[in-house]
Formats: sequence, structure tokens, C-alpha cells
Amino acid sequence: MNDISPASRPLLEVRNLSKNFGPVEALKDLTMAVRAGEVVALAGDNGAGKTTLIKAISGVYQPSSGEILLKGKPVHFGSPQEARDQGIETIYQDLALADNLSIGANIFLGREPMRRAFGILPVLDRARMAEAAKKTMALLDFHVSRLDAPVSNFSGGQRQAVAIGRAVFWNAQILIMDEPTAALGVPEQRKVIALIHQLKAQGRGVIFISHNLQDIFAVADRIVVLRRGVQAGERRIVDTSHDEVVKLMVGG
Amino acid sequence: MQRIADLRAWLFLAFLILGFEIWSRLSFGGTFLFNPFNIQSIAIFAVAPLLLATGQTFVIISGGIDLSMGFIMGLASVVAAHVINWATPGMGFGLAVLFGGLVATLIATLPGAVNGFLVAFLKVPPFIGTLGMFGVARGVAFLLAGGTTVPVKNEVFAAVGNGKLFGVPYIIMVTAVFVVVMHYLLGQTKFGQHNYAIGANIQAARRAGINIKWHLLRLYILSGMCAGLAGVLYSARFSAGAAQAGEPLLLDSVAAVVIGGASLFGGSGTIFGTVAGAFVIAVIQYGLVFINVEPFWQFISVGVVIIISVLIDQAQRRFAGGRQSE
Ligand SMILES: Nc1ncnc2c1ncn2[C@@H]1O[C@H](COP(=O)(O)OP(=O)(O)O)[C@@H](O)[C@H]1O
Ligand SMILES: [Mg+2]
Repeated sequence: MNDISPASRPLLEVRNLSKNFGPVEALKDLTMAVRAGEVVALAGDNGAGKTTLIKAISGVYQPSSGEILLKGKPVHFGSPQEARDQGIETIYQDLALADNLSIGANIFLGREPMRRAFGILPVLDRARMAEAAKKTMALLDFHVSRLDAPVSNFSGGQRQAVAIGRAVFWNAQILIMDEPTAALGVPEQRKVIALIHQLKAQGRGVIFISHNLQDIFAVADRIVVLRRGVQAGERRIVDTSHDEVVKLMVGG
Repeated sequence: MQRIADLRAWLFLAFLILGFEIWSRLSFGGTFLFNPFNIQSIAIFAVAPLLLATGQTFVIISGGIDLSMGFIMGLASVVAAHVINWATPGMGFGLAVLFGGLVATLIATLPGAVNGFLVAFLKVPPFIGTLGMFGVARGVAFLLAGGTTVPVKNEVFAAVGNGKLFGVPYIIMVTAVFVVVMHYLLGQTKFGQHNYAIGANIQAARRAGINIKWHLLRLYILSGMCAGLAGVLYSARFSAGAAQAGEPLLLDSVAAVVIGGASLFGGSGTIFGTVAGAFVIAVIQYGLVFINVEPFWQFISVGVVIIISVLIDQAQRRFAGGRQSE
């Protein structure tokens, strides 16, 4: 069983976080934590505040009040880039991949390694990118045969793996995913669930939003339910049931 | 996929040449391809469109288009003529050519920089921004030329434009070297890699930390520079600067890129393909004259080839799209 005793220091803590959009209180006094090797699911009806919460954590929104602590230290992210620099990576639904480039090129996009051809001419080090791609994807238990193919050749689940692979390669400690399985067919959903298991096994923290209780019960350690911006409940997966979660989401 | 698109253009070029070869053998018993004069004429013919098209390839891959290249070329042509004439008495023939060529190429980067500024910083769509620059560059070029052509009195310049080394014209050598450099820039550098990424998914590129504005600014400066070089070589070849030098070449440059397998939606294309595209156009234009077809058929044939290329590109996209959503 996973050790989620209070003694192990959380990787990420959110304390009394609130976010207002003018008069709208999208998030009220929310507190939650993620430990290393732990998968936390965020559930709740539409408009419950799930997206607002992960955007506040990942530096897209500035919280109106409350604190975010990373490994016990208070942090403040002015932009998603700052969050990323500190190891918090968000996997966006549109995947943020350049479809025409290879897996390696996507992993290294914006920070491409160079080598010297003929000892003088600087050129992209494609071999190194391919090598890193191969290793990283193997780490996620994805074995790709064609490392030079553009990612548009791959399926939705494989592309998700590439996006996650990039985060892993750059050493993300916390991965945040907004509905990672929403656009996928059933076999592909299973692969993404398997990916999340891999991340967990590597000791990373994962926060994922899902409407699919099947997925949540398959992979999460804990579930945090939001309702109209407030935390409606938090349960260890082993201590709860589909029924209870649904009740928490709809209230009453 | 990209490779297939490139090869398609080269294959098409091969068939085209074969077609002209068969035609000329059947109709007047002569060869088309094995006549060195033909090869050289086609290559010289292709120089200016190819120079424009290499810059255009970068711009189209990024998801933009540069409509101002033709008149930037004209502007550079006129500037080169004036500056060389002005500098020749003081600097001597050789140095004046070098100086004039450099100044004209630099001047050509100015409208390029304005294009880049409009597109990158003011968010003007490339089609509109460069269309505006099309008008501005055209007006300035004609004003500088005084409404006529500007003859250049410098024998070194004329030698650059018409001389040969080991039977190969200098302007073809210059163009070949330039094309290789552009191929390197697109295929082997961060700049080229970011250009592809921006054309495919600008959000992804931004999230990856690529400075989009700075990239686009440099991109349009580069395309201005290509047009500048084309203008200088044009003036060298004809020993004259002409504002309208590049007027008919803009569309040829776009056509070469598209025939070469790039997509007007951005994200794909190669210099290798563009070279084939430029030669397809040059071969059609020269070949039709060679077999004595009325010149107006050139427009029709090039037009048809463009449309077919775009249709193939779209069919391929649909095919790829279908595979993805499986
Ligand atoms: N940028 C915004 N401006 C104003 N209101 C917003 C904004 N983003 C979210 N909201 C509001 O905040 C509430 C929570 O939204 P959201 O976090 O997107 O919910 P969820 O992701 O759980 O569906 C909703 O009432 C929504 O209308
Ligand atoms: Mg949402």
C-alpha cells in the first residue's frame, strides 16, 4: 500500500487558496496536498473550479489569496514558465506538440542540442534527440519503432505519451493533466492510465482531472471533490466508492 | 510524408523533361536535355525565381506569405545600380561592385524588417502586411529609378552577371551556394527547426519557450535579403537596375514552393523540394518556347501545375487526418 501518512512531507501543498474573477468566486479556501509517488484525482461538476485550481498551481492564474508550497517552501509563480522551471509541468489537452516534428524534436523543442559537423559547422544533434526520445519513451513503457517519424503519425495515446515524455525528460516532479483520457478510445485510455502508473512508480506526483470514475478508481490514490469552488470532500480511494463520490459531486 | 512530397516534385520534373525530350525528338529530331545551351538557359532562367522561392519557403513553412518580395527585388536592383554608379569613380570597379551589392542587400532587409515588425509585433496578417509593403516597395523603387531603368557603367559588374568559370556562369554558382546555405539553415539549425514548429503549432512553440516575435522578425528580414540578392544579380546580368525586375517573379516564387511540396497552411516544405519546384516552372517556360508553342501557354501550364500541386497536398492532408482520428 502507498504511504500517505501525514509524516511524509508533501511535494506540493495548496493552503486556503482562493481565486476570484471579479464577483465570481471560482475557488474558495481550498486546501490539498500531493506527495511524491502519489496520484490525486480532481473531480466535480462543470464549473466546480477544477481547471481554475490547476491553473493557479501551474502559474497561469495568480491566486487571490492563500499559499502554494513546494517541498515545504512557499512559492509564487508569475507564469507557467516559472512553474515549469521548478518542476511543475502541465500536459495540455491540445498536447502542445508540433505535429510535423519527431518525438525527439518535440522533447527538445526550444532547447535543441547541437553538435559540430566536420568539426566546425554547428548542426542539430538529431542522433542525440532520437536517443533521448527512445530512452524516455522506454521509461514510459512505450516502444516506438520509427524515431524519425513526425508525431502526426502516432495515435492519440502515443502523442499523450510524447507530451508526458517531454515533461519527464526535463525532470518534472509534478505532472498536472486536465482530462487526459477525454479524447481517446478505450484501448488508448488504458495506455494513459498505465502511463500514470509509471509516473507514480518513478516517484513523481500527479494531479489529474477526470469525469471518468472508472479511470479515477483505476489509478488514483486519493480523490478531491470540488463543488462550486469549495472542497466537498477528500477520500482515499481505498476508503470510498463510486456512489459516495457521486454524492459528494452533486451535493446532499 | 515530407520526403514523399519532395520526391513528387523531382519526379514530376523528370517526367516533364522526358516529355520535352520526346517531343523535340519526334518533331525536329533534336535533343532537349542533352543540349548544354538549354540546360544553362534554364538554370539562368531559374536563378531569380529560385532565390525568391528559398526565402518564400521559410515564410510559407512558418504559416505566412511574403507578397512584397518581387518589388523588394526591384528596389534592390535599382539601389545596386545607383550605388555602383556612384561609387565606381571613387572606389574603382571591383570595390564598387562589392559595396553596391552589400548596400542593396542591406537596404532590402529594411522592408523585410518592417514586414516582420507588422506580423510579429502588431499582429497584422502576413498577407495584408506584406501586401502593403508590396505597394510601398514598388513606389519607392520606381521613384528611385525615376520611372525608367538605371544603366550601370561598371565592367566588373557586367562580368559578374555574364561571366563563367569552367563553363559555369558566376550567377549560377552564387545561387547554388546560397541555396545550400538556406538548406542548411532550414534543416540543420534551431532557426529552421523553430520555423517548422511555429508553422505547425504556434501555441506549442510559444509554450516551449521559443521567442515567436523575434523569430518572425528575423524570418521576414531573411526573406527580404533573398529578394535583395536576387535584385543585385538581376542588375549584374542586365547591367541595369529596374524597379519591375521582380514583378512577374513573386507568383513564380510561391508556385515553386507549393509545387515543391510545401503546404500553404504552414508546417511543411523543404528547400530541396523548392529547387525542384523552381525548375519545374523554368522548364515549362523555357521548354514551351523551345518547342515553339505560343508563350501564353506558359501561364496556363504553370497555373495548372500549381492547382494540381495544391490538390495533391489537400488530398494528402485528408488522408493523414483520417489516419490520425482512427
Ligand atoms: N477566466 C475566467 N473569468 C471569469 N470566470 C471564470 C474564469 N474561469 C473560470 N471562471 C468561472 O469559475 C468557475 C469555475 O470554472 P472552472 O475552473 O473552469 O470549472 P471546471 O474546470 O471545474 O469545470 C465557473 O463558474 C467559471 O464560469
Ligand atoms: Mg475544466
